[in-house]
Amino acid sequence: MHDSVHVSAAQEKYMKARKREHCLIRAARAVLFLAFLSLWEISARFSWIDSFIFSSPSRIAETLIDMTLHHQLLTHVAVTLYETLVSFALVTLLSLAAAILLWSSARLAQILEPYLVVLNSLPKSALAPLLIVWLGARPATIIVAGMSVALFGAVINLCTGFHEVDEEKLKLIYTFGGNRKDAFCKVVLPSSVPLLFSVMKVNIGLCLVGIVIGEFISSRQGLGHLIIYGSQVFKMDWLILSIFLLCLMAMALYAVIGGAERLYRKRF
Amino acid sequence: MKKPLLELTDVSLSYHTPAGETDALSHISFQVPKGSFIAIVGPSGCGKSTILNLICGLLKPEEGQILLNGTSLPEKPEHIGYMLQKDHLFEWRSVYKNILLGLETQKRITPKKKAYIDRLMVTYGLDSFRKARPSQLSGGMRQRAALIRTLALEPELLLLDEPFSALDYQTRLQVSDDIGTIIRREGKTAVLVTHDISEAISMADTVIVLTRRPARVKTIIDIDLGLAERTPLSSRNAPLFKTYFNQIWEELNSHA
Repeated sequence: MHDSVHVSAAQEKYMKARKREHCLIRAARAVLFLAFLSLWEISARFSWIDSFIFSSPSRIAETLIDMTLHHQLLTHVAVTLYETLVSFALVTLLSLAAAILLWSSARLAQILEPYLVVLNSLPKSALAPLLIVWLGARPATIIVAGMSVALFGAVINLCTGFHEVDEEKLKLIYTFGGNRKDAFCKVVLPSSVPLLFSVMKVNIGLCLVGIVIGEFISSRQGLGHLIIYGSQVFKMDWLILSIFLLCLMAMALYAVIGGAERLYRKRF
Repeated sequence: MKKPLLELTDVSLSYHTPAGETDALSHISFQVPKGSFIAIVGPSGCGKSTILNLICGLLKPEEGQILLNGTSLPEKPEHIGYMLQKDHLFEWRSVYKNILLGLETQKRITPKKKAYIDRLMVTYGLDSFRKARPSQLSGGMRQRAALIRTLALEPELLLLDEPFSALDYQTRLQVSDDIGTIIRREGKTAVLVTHDISEAISMADTVIVLTRRPARVKTIIDIDLGLAERTPLSSRNAPLFKTYFNQIWEELNSHA
């Protein structure tokens, strides 16, 4: 207790240096971003690059306002966000359920292993046209496309993680007379929470990839649709703005899961 | 002679792997009277832990029988407490919740049990760490928490599988003294498996010496150090300690 009240000069110096280092890194990140924007803007203004093709930050800002007011940009963003969240939620639930099933039956896991490996390594974009034909051009198809990218990898990762739990910890539960369900609820699941969060962080990005692929191929709405439409009518401002918004969306979704993870760590 | 709490008769077991069959135990027989402390010593890898796994029902003997209180082992080993090599306290639970784990698994949490746990935690100095995480405890305290987790089940029989082997020497002496004293004070019957001869003599009333794999019972030695009030530490200082040590050492190293 005494130590935490009285801080030595050396400790104070160390903490200060640490804080300075953190500030420096944050500042450098901001400077890098601003430098990139300025260079882009300047290059466009002085016609070093063709701003019709490469656009420019000011044109994108104008497009942002114009599209929000006249082209329902917010609806497109909302559609992509909604589809991504739904497919992410389904992937999380289904992969968890599948991994639990595979953990509880070693035989089933062995039987299904080659199929999972094949499905996981298959390029999912190849499935998208098939899904459109089978399921029709509806939002549900796009959600399935989003799920197909993340699902199999998530099952494999979760399953591997479940199997890496210390056997001795499971033995402890068995010495209490617990069954496999007790072992799962009291050991495997709680010890896999960090893994669950890292799998979710990967999944949210992959779902977004799948949704955009789905929107490329069949949709009237969404940022993927805007990108394809923008490229077809050569509105590069639309296209680059959509990419920029996808970046923001990916960052925000990742940050939400990161926040949930920190909240969990604080509580437990 | 007291009636045995646990009785092993002619127990044999082999392990089966694709590489072949390994005989682990061969015709093991011994008895554990109620209230006694038995230590099993043997060369490492001879199958000592296998015996404990059999007693608590995690493995079934291929031959022979194991009787607890004169009847065959129950399906659920609720009367048996097992302490593993590591404490395996779960970091995602508080110390108190860790101690409740066994009762929780057996769905036997009652106010009476909780009061018993409270008493144990107060008596053995863990009361102020109820809400702490296991990582905040010292090695010795972790082991004590693991013991209370086992005692909370009020087992008739305690199985200890080298429970001090993960500790450094200094802590190990303290903790084995600590745990040995607690087990005697609570009047428990215990079977300790160890490869440490001093540990076996200092804690046990009877030492069972096993041979190399496949393990057979080489000899059974009753320990009588002539002490009125025995603790593991006082045992280590008893004049007869060395005699027993040499005797067991010879038994372990003679292959006759």
